[in-house]
Amino acid sequence: MDEQTRNILDILEDDARTSSEEIATLTGMTADEVSRKIEQLEKAKIIRKYKTIIDWDLAGDDYVYAIIELKISLERKLGYQAIAERLYKFPEVRSVRLLSGENDIAMTVRGKSMKRVAFFVAEKIATQEQVQSTSTHFVLKTYKEDGVILDEPEQVKKLVVSP
Amino acid sequence: MRTQCKPSQFIANSMQKVPPSGIRKFFDLVSDSEDVITLGVGEPDYVTPWHIREACIHSIEHGETSYTSNYGLMELREELSKHYTRRHNVYYEPETEILVTTGVSEGLDLAIRAIVNPGDEVIVVQPSYVAYVPSIIFAGGVPVTLGARPENDFKITADEIRAAITNKTKAVIINYPNNPTGATMDRSDLEAIADVIVEHDILMISDEVYERLTYEGTHTCFSSLEGMRDRTILLNGFSKAYAMTGFRMAYALAPKEIIDAMMLIHQYTMLCAPITAQVGAIEALRNGEEEVEKMAREYNRRRKLIVGGLNKIGLDCFNPRGAFYAFPAISSTGLSADEFAERLLNEYKVVTIPGNIFGDTGDGFLRCAYAASREDIKEALERIGNFVDGL
Repeated sequence: MDEQTRNILDILEDDARTSSEEIATLTGMTADEVSRKIEQLEKAKIIRKYKTIIDWDLAGDDYVYAIIELKISLERKLGYQAIAERLYKFPEVRSVRLLSGENDIAMTVRGKSMKRVAFFVAEKIATQEQVQSTSTHFVLKTYKEDGVILDEPEQVKKLVVSP
Repeated sequence: MRTQCKPSQFIANSMQKVPPSGIRKFFDLVSDSEDVITLGVGEPDYVTPWHIREACIHSIEHGETSYTSNYGLMELREELSKHYTRRHNVYYEPETEILVTTGVSEGLDLAIRAIVNPGDEVIVVQPSYVAYVPSIIFAGGVPVTLGARPENDFKITADEIRAAITNKTKAVIINYPNNPTGATMDRSDLEAIADVIVEHDILMISDEVYERLTYEGTHTCFSSLEGMRDRTILLNGFSKAYAMTGFRMAYALAPKEIIDAMMLIHQYTMLCAPITAQVGAIEALRNGEEEVEKMAREYNRRRKLIVGGLNKIGLDCFNPRGAFYAFPAISSTGLSADEFAERLLNEYKVVTIPGNIFGDTGDGFLRCAYAASREDIKEALERIGNFVDGL
């Protein structure tokens, strides 16, 4: 990866709303060059999506999150891809990952209540033919999300002048 | 009744030769202001990377609270030795040629006291860090300041150094990447200086604490130049690269005989650097590379932000290739650096440091540290712009 691409990705990963003009100032490129580069990165699907990390608890609309681990029995010719595709199409499912170790797949599921999440898992996930077993862990508190610490402690005061 | 005394009568004469730091005045001006944005600090705005802090906490939990060898932990010296071989292709023997110090400040003091006889001259290239001249005076030496010129991008030249050398000259102190200008030196610049060092049979004290913050070109370690290893006291530390200022963790690299002499002072005045900080330094050297590079990349972006911004305002800013300072010329405003900085602080609440504090050739310039968040830099630029417009 060249230095300018890395710069653009670094900056956008930290703050997706940084304008092309500002990125230009920070990198020494022109705003047009930045826009063109971003377009290329979007086309190449290196940049997949711009999204916002929201603290829904603070917003007062409390979603319930659960991490669901699945054991999968693989059928001949059908790899993990097939079951993953069935799972990720549910909008309740926020992430799907293939794991090493005891369980095969971990998903994050979001719902309006514990009951709804539990029913969703029981009705839609556990009933999938390849799913051998599920184990559901409800999230009690999120401390850090996608690299962002949500309960940041107070900043330490530093000197304002030093040599 | 016993007679009264004036405490001042007890103060040594040499103290009067050292003026209080010019930065102190700004510190006092700022301390009670609110809504102040500071570009006045010579330290990273980052907190020390967590893996380093965590290693220190773990070490304390496990009861590592003792003295260490006067030289510093062997493990740390071995890491440093490997680090210099790997990065700069210059070898220092861990047993005898590396001394772990409490900040570069201590290393500097030791270096000077170890080599200076009363009356010896030490050339200090300026603008530069404020401790060099006082350290020489404290040691009974004579500081000879030599101003790097703005028209030469604040690089000192071999000829300028040569012209300042007398038969009393013992050493030269340089600091590149430079605080406060952000200037760096190319290998060819340093090679020419190395020739002068040999020609006059003197020593180089090279403070390379900003080494890892070099954004354009590559840093050349002075002692890695041919023939310079035995003529250099190299000072470096963890403060700037790893955001570890408060750990006071640094080191001196020099030939055995010089480290022996520095050690004589160190063992009686400091004994050893704090063990917790040394443990942090080992962790930094072993696993800190990724964070160093990440921080340097961000400083580089801020560098472009602030240099571009200052030039746009009309404060002509030379391109700083290292450290985390921009050093714009403010003489076009008709104000002195002192007036500019003081009025900017009083009227627009932005802290900067007047360049003359760092040496005569810094007069007419302003040190703006960009080890601050991008938001703060943008806001500061806005305010500086308004201030300049209103002049």
